[in-house]
Amino acid sequence: MSGFRLETGGRVDRSQPVTFRFDGKAYQGFSGDTLASALLANGVMLFGRSFKYHRPRGLVAAGSEEPNALISVDRGPGRFTPNLRATGVEIHDGLKAFSQNRWPSLSMDFGAINDRLGMFFPAGFYNKTFMWPRSFWDRVYEPAIRKMAGLGDAPTAEDPDIYASTYAHCDLLIIGAGPAGIDAALGAMDTNKRIVLIDEQDELGGGALADPALWPWLERSVKALADAPNVTILTRTTAFGYYHDNFIGAVQRLTDHLPDVTHGSREKLWRIRAGEVVLAQGAIERPLVFDGNDTPGVMLSSAARVFANRYGVAVGKSVTLMASHDSGWHDVFTLAKAGIGIAAIIDVRESVDSALMREAERLGITFYLHHGVVGVNGRHGVTSVDICNYDDQRVHRVETDALLMAGGWTPSVHLWSHSKGSLKWRDDLGAYVPDVPNENVHCVGGCSGDWDFGKGTVIDVLPTPKDQSRIKAFVDYQNDVTAKDIKLAVREGFRSIEHIKRYTTNGMATDQGKTSNLNGLQIASSALNKPVPDIGLTSFRPPYTPQTFGALAGHAKGALFQPTRTTNIDSWAQAHGAVFELVAQWRRARYFPKAGEDMHAAVNRECVAVRSSVGIFDASTLGKIEVVGPDAAEFLNRMYTNPWKALEPGRCRYGLLLKEDGFITDDGVSARLAPDRFHLTTTTGGAARVLNMMEDYLQTEWPDLDVWLTSTTEQYAVIALQGPNARKLLEPLVEGIDLSAEAFPHMAIREGMICGIKTRLFRVSFTGELGFEINVPTAYGRFVWEQLMAHGAQYDITPYGTEAMHVLRAEKGFIIVGQDTDGTVTPFDAGLDWAVGKKKPDFVGKRSMARPDIVASGRKQLVGLLTDDPNVVLEEGAQIVADPKQPIPMTMIGHVTSSYWSETLGRSIAMALVAGGHDMVGDTLYIPMPGKTHTAKVSGTVFYDPEGARLHV
Amino acid sequence: MILIHCPYCDEKRPEIEFANAGQAHIARPLDPSGQNDAEWEDYLFIRANPRGRHHERWRHIHGCGRFFNAVRDTVTDKFETTYKAGEPRR
Repeated sequence: MSGFRLETGGRVDRSQPVTFRFDGKAYQGFSGDTLASALLANGVMLFGRSFKYHRPRGLVAAGSEEPNALISVDRGPGRFTPNLRATGVEIHDGLKAFSQNRWPSLSMDFGAINDRLGMFFPAGFYNKTFMWPRSFWDRVYEPAIRKMAGLGDAPTAEDPDIYASTYAHCDLLIIGAGPAGIDAALGAMDTNKRIVLIDEQDELGGGALADPALWPWLERSVKALADAPNVTILTRTTAFGYYHDNFIGAVQRLTDHLPDVTHGSREKLWRIRAGEVVLAQGAIERPLVFDGNDTPGVMLSSAARVFANRYGVAVGKSVTLMASHDSGWHDVFTLAKAGIGIAAIIDVRESVDSALMREAERLGITFYLHHGVVGVNGRHGVTSVDICNYDDQRVHRVETDALLMAGGWTPSVHLWSHSKGSLKWRDDLGAYVPDVPNENVHCVGGCSGDWDFGKGTVIDVLPTPKDQSRIKAFVDYQNDVTAKDIKLAVREGFRSIEHIKRYTTNGMATDQGKTSNLNGLQIASSALNKPVPDIGLTSFRPPYTPQTFGALAGHAKGALFQPTRTTNIDSWAQAHGAVFELVAQWRRARYFPKAGEDMHAAVNRECVAVRSSVGIFDASTLGKIEVVGPDAAEFLNRMYTNPWKALEPGRCRYGLLLKEDGFITDDGVSARLAPDRFHLTTTTGGAARVLNMMEDYLQTEWPDLDVWLTSTTEQYAVIALQGPNARKLLEPLVEGIDLSAEAFPHMAIREGMICGIKTRLFRVSFTGELGFEINVPTAYGRFVWEQLMAHGAQYDITPYGTEAMHVLRAEKGFIIVGQDTDGTVTPFDAGLDWAVGKKKPDFVGKRSMARPDIVASGRKQLVGLLTDDPNVVLEEGAQIVADPKQPIPMTMIGHVTSSYWSETLGRSIAMALVAGGHDMVGDTLYIPMPGKTHTAKVSGTVFYDPEGARLHV
Repeated sequence: MILIHCPYCDEKRPEIEFANAGQAHIARPLDPSGQNDAEWEDYLFIRANPRGRHHERWRHIHGCGRFFNAVRDTVTDKFETTYKAGEPRR
């Protein structure tokens, strides 16, 4: 034996040495090693510092249940991954791993002072201590606690890796490829079922990988499965969650084990829908709870067998077993046969199977029955253990460098529980096992409680003659929860395991208590003197092991986070220097700055151009719905507040849409093209919502109406041409439409051609100027736009964006639904009662307009606000009060909804929702802002051209 | 992710194709103006919140676009049945 590497054995490839670094120091391992096995082979016992007490910690397990050995791996800039379990990190040349939660170094950690002060850190310590003063929490307590406690550092650079994702469907999904899972796959292989076999490790085999006697069988089986065309094998793949209807999420790790990190996708998310699921997740060995059970070198008995048989590594040169279960004896026999020295077997039971004793005697192993470990000596590694004879309470010392724990087994019911399968308690196992399934799933092997590890006894804490209050017997290693903490929680009145868990944080670390939950339950059960099933069981929730955000996000990040909708004219705006904003998912030009202009200057210029000559605006994002059918007018009459039946073909109407509760939900100008055909427009953000609402009424309330609704939002590019010169510019470009004021009045629609393209031409205005909205098939949007720009040069045509559009509409008091309304505004509140058909017997929302709260006085109503200082532009959202001298907290009577600088008027303008506002015109209101309280007079909402003279020209 | 049977498409499809549309079998009164305030409040706002069987509406919004009714168990989240709009309550 050189170091801790055994001369022979294991599945590592001794012909392929691998050099890697841990905390900067170079080590050698073999291909096939994990970071855990390779460091162990180099005699490294200390892997990290614990979460709360900063106690030195080593390996507990050999698999993904490992609670202690959390490390970080640095794969280059942006590729830093904290909190990986050393037992799951495959080594490769150049691997750089680091220990965590220590400063300045792993062996010399200042935070370890917490351990000396441990008596001051009982369960609920943080809840109890850091309550007062409240103001200290943000500035003092939290930053200090965050610095002291915690796991690895969160990476700060952007993740450059690519993450793939896919869907898969199969008849049979087998999760876990130990002997039970492989048997299930072999059994189904000759059917025509599509089978997927998943395992989290780098090779199939599970527990068989630590049992050389099974290797020939394993090799044959894996080859048979690999050759079967209907079997898909996914290794390095963790099924992390089990969702409804046999939908399983799994992450496949593709490149972390390779030296070249830049090749291909790092991970792949599998969303698998399975006809039938077989869970073969196995079982996890349970630690024993005794003083010093967290000393580096104290680990699970099964882990020692895995390190010896799979990796060819001895966990010590003189190993001691502390057992309450037969399986530990078998493990130790295996170690002895591999040439590892055995100091002693200690078993808490008074008698064990005579065959075990005979085998121990044959191998020359000393064993002590009815004994227990009561102390572990050594700080950074075991040097000896103190064992107590429970018959006479005498304690003596055993020299040893590793202590194995065999506390029995806990079936891995995690995914079973995700699927909401029920569990039943088995006293003989001291564990919950699967009972009634909730999906088409069953468990096989260890996770069903079916194993051949022998018998054991279930024990909560090893008895000890020591003062219970002075020992640290850990239950949850990762969250530093001791048996004492759980007993304290019970003494303080906690009864349900759900509460005990949250108070002590037992089982709440990143390992979700894989090794601690059942011990915690047993201790609580003893303390409460109630059987385990009576105190409940905490729920397992996805993920089974921590997964990266990258894998879950996949490609949905950056520009691909959500679709960006662009209009046909967007490319022109881009080329002409537009500044964009997102409106719903649409990218819209906000303003078109000329050289040296800021937003304010550009918007002022754009507004003036519209008022004085002509502006051009891309309104393609407006929602559009084609309403067709003999009952189209009747349908709209029932949906909108306005009357529609008398609207003549060729005319438009401003439509106001309420929800059934009487509040405004959308608006837009719509046109009647023919007796049975309407072209509706909606707000940009409301298009989908309005169509859904209309479909709802049409399908479920009035299925007798013969109407079809079709979204045409993306079928038309819409160009708004607004300003006194709009008609003059348009006239020479239009065919088949008489543009004269008499033939084509405000609020009318005509069909014809523009620049040779078929158009639906609206004469409408959202600016208060003479205006047209040109609808052309989307593909011709930019073409027509460019024609208008070219012909409009003589009028100094000016493209304007959404910001100028907002100012222009506000000058006219036109509301924006969702900005000047908030889902609690009625047509009357908004001053839109003129748009409500009083004579209509019914429309959506009509009855609600007579609801007691809606006819009550004091409702918030939309008014104009003119600041006393015309240069003050109020902040949108600012709160309004009637009396600025009232004591704080003041009574807020409303808020500013829209506020702009109006270059046309040479002053600021604003709209606001104010309680009883319609009766306050002329009153002065106050807007307290940091440093100054502004004053403003209530006005009407139309600030410009109230007679509408500019429209009707 | 739940699979939901669309009674119009007659297929089980993933829930991301569907949108919940609230409690089922609440018909809009034929003459809303004839409703007193209490009746109208009941229609507008009062909804069941059962533990167990719940009748609710769904729309196959990213499929055929049809609204239909379903019985779902609010404890297990399992769909007992789905049926077309207009069919009697199950």
